[in-house]
Amino acid sequence: MESSKVIHAIYTDDDILMAAVKDVRVAKYHIDEVYTPFPVHGLDKAMGLAPTRLAITAFIYGCIGLTVATLMMNFIMIEDWPQDIGGKPSFSYLENLPAFVPIMFELTVFFAAHLMVITFYLRSRIWPFKDAENPDPRTTDDHFLMEISVDNNNEYAITELLKTTGAVEINLVDKAH
Amino acid sequence: MYTLSNKLRTFSFALIILGFIGVVYGFMSSHKSLDEVKTMLATEAAHHEGGGHEVAQATHADDTHEVHGEAPAHGENAHAHAEADAHDAHGDAHAEHVQHQIANRPWSALYVAAFFFMMIALGVLAFYAIQIAAQAGWSPVLFRVMEGITAYLLPGAVIVLLIAVASGTIGHYNIFVWMDPEVVAHDKLIQGKAGWLNIGWFAVRGLVFIAGWSAYRYFSRKFSLAQDNADDNSNFKKNFRISAGFLVFFIYTESIMSWDWIMSVDPHWFSTLFGWYVFASMFVSGITVIALITIYLKSKGYLELVNDSHIHDLAKFMFGISVFWTYLWFSQFMLIWYSNIPEEVTYFITRIEDYNLPFFGMVVLNFLFPLLILMNSDYKRIPWFIVMAGVVILFGHYIDIFNMIMPATVGDRWSIGIPEISSILLFAGLFIFVVFTALTKAPLHAKRNPLMKESEHFHY
Repeated sequence: MESSKVIHAIYTDDDILMAAVKDVRVAKYHIDEVYTPFPVHGLDKAMGLAPTRLAITAFIYGCIGLTVATLMMNFIMIEDWPQDIGGKPSFSYLENLPAFVPIMFELTVFFAAHLMVITFYLRSRIWPFKDAENPDPRTTDDHFLMEISVDNNNEYAITELLKTTGAVEINLVDKAH
Repeated sequence: MYTLSNKLRTFSFALIILGFIGVVYGFMSSHKSLDEVKTMLATEAAHHEGGGHEVAQATHADDTHEVHGEAPAHGENAHAHAEADAHDAHGDAHAEHVQHQIANRPWSALYVAAFFFMMIALGVLAFYAIQIAAQAGWSPVLFRVMEGITAYLLPGAVIVLLIAVASGTIGHYNIFVWMDPEVVAHDKLIQGKAGWLNIGWFAVRGLVFIAGWSAYRYFSRKFSLAQDNADDNSNFKKNFRISAGFLVFFIYTESIMSWDWIMSVDPHWFSTLFGWYVFASMFVSGITVIALITIYLKSKGYLELVNDSHIHDLAKFMFGISVFWTYLWFSQFMLIWYSNIPEEVTYFITRIEDYNLPFFGMVVLNFLFPLLILMNSDYKRIPWFIVMAGVVILFGHYIDIFNMIMPATVGDRWSIGIPEISSILLFAGLFIFVVFTALTKAPLHAKRNPLMKESEHFHY
């Protein structure tokens, strides 16, 4: 198993971290990952991550939910066992549509929300009982950690750069693959 | 400082003059003699044999006999229908009824357009007060635009109230049937509401609303301008306090205003969420106009501190409040549709039968179109997309007000023709002139607002 070296730079403030991320990007070093105790607004853009496609999946899931609700209500209330509710015996989905709209709305939201969360978990490779990937437990409290991959023995140059960005700790770590 | 270009001034005057001519023509051509109406009805009956008019007649008769057992059915058709029952559905009474509806049309058209432009200013005033009371950090760069739009509130609201009162004094009860003593004398339900629905008290209430809104607008603007050259934040704090107070005043008066100025055109009908429903309409129209005027001023090189994140936020509000409007529209509709109580459901029966296209068309304009156009995050920062969505939203909410007033006053005699379009032009011209003149009165940048720094650097 090959091992690669990474540098862990630790920061104690999100604004300093943001500035550091921008500096490192300008110097064209590769940031593997940034671990933060809370979501830092704008960090994804600063890191140059591709925009999320989660919104598109949410739209698709919402459409699926709407379809499921329509088919379900049509089967339950119209085809299988038509019911007389509020003096509205009807064998037509369209004529009873107002009564079904809340259910159609709720299932649209339900499908979009739940499937979007599940997609997010899958995409982030999170599942129950998984060991944390987090390299330093302090990033769950009040520290920010930037992981930069080292290649061509440039760890010295990177370390020098990071020192100027306000890192409180800089560690060279062997990362087993 | 913004200066009103001659082109825009001429344009607004042209709209006013064009609209005025059309409105006058609408009033002149709305006086039909009874014989003329009878001839017209006869031609219509001959033209659509068993078609449109006959069907409309049949449903009218059905309405009165089946849906509501009581004689003076819904307010809109109260006297005429009551009489129509007594005689024959096709007799003189019906012709008189149609004659009255035709006479009502220019009044209603004028009233709908006046209310529509007034509610834009009122919606913006509420939005502005919310921004200040919430101490929103993103919006101070837009404050002067909002203050400019709310300048139309005082003239606009006075005009609405004048038209309403005039319709019951110099007119022939052309908008509100409860103003007609003849109708009230034969209508037990309106008699029961006469303590609230009488012209004197109606006018006093209207004046109280207008005084309250205008007072807030006056002081808020004053503090906002004073803050520009202040050394401390005392004006800002005063503005915060009166804005919070105004919002309490507003939500009560807006609700009562919507019952008075709109819901009472159908004096038998009532809906408990009507105030919210009208509020949603005015809020989304107001925000849309803020966005449109901001984009216009930006295209002329003003408001250089407004960036596309501000536009994005306005578009988010347009999107969100459009959905909110739909929620209320549907909530009102579904509960009444489901419970199917005659005195309530008649409201929607009229709209679905006689106003099918505008009634359902506005859901497409006000919900489906903005939903699909503004859903994508990137589209919310493209000016021409917002302008396109905005124009459709404004048209849709004009239709919304149209649907609230017209069925009660002109019944199935509606159309969107010279009286309606001229009224829109007249008030659009007045609105543009008042708003853009107000914009020239102060710098477009509220430089000393303590939240201005945050607003300038706002980015999403």
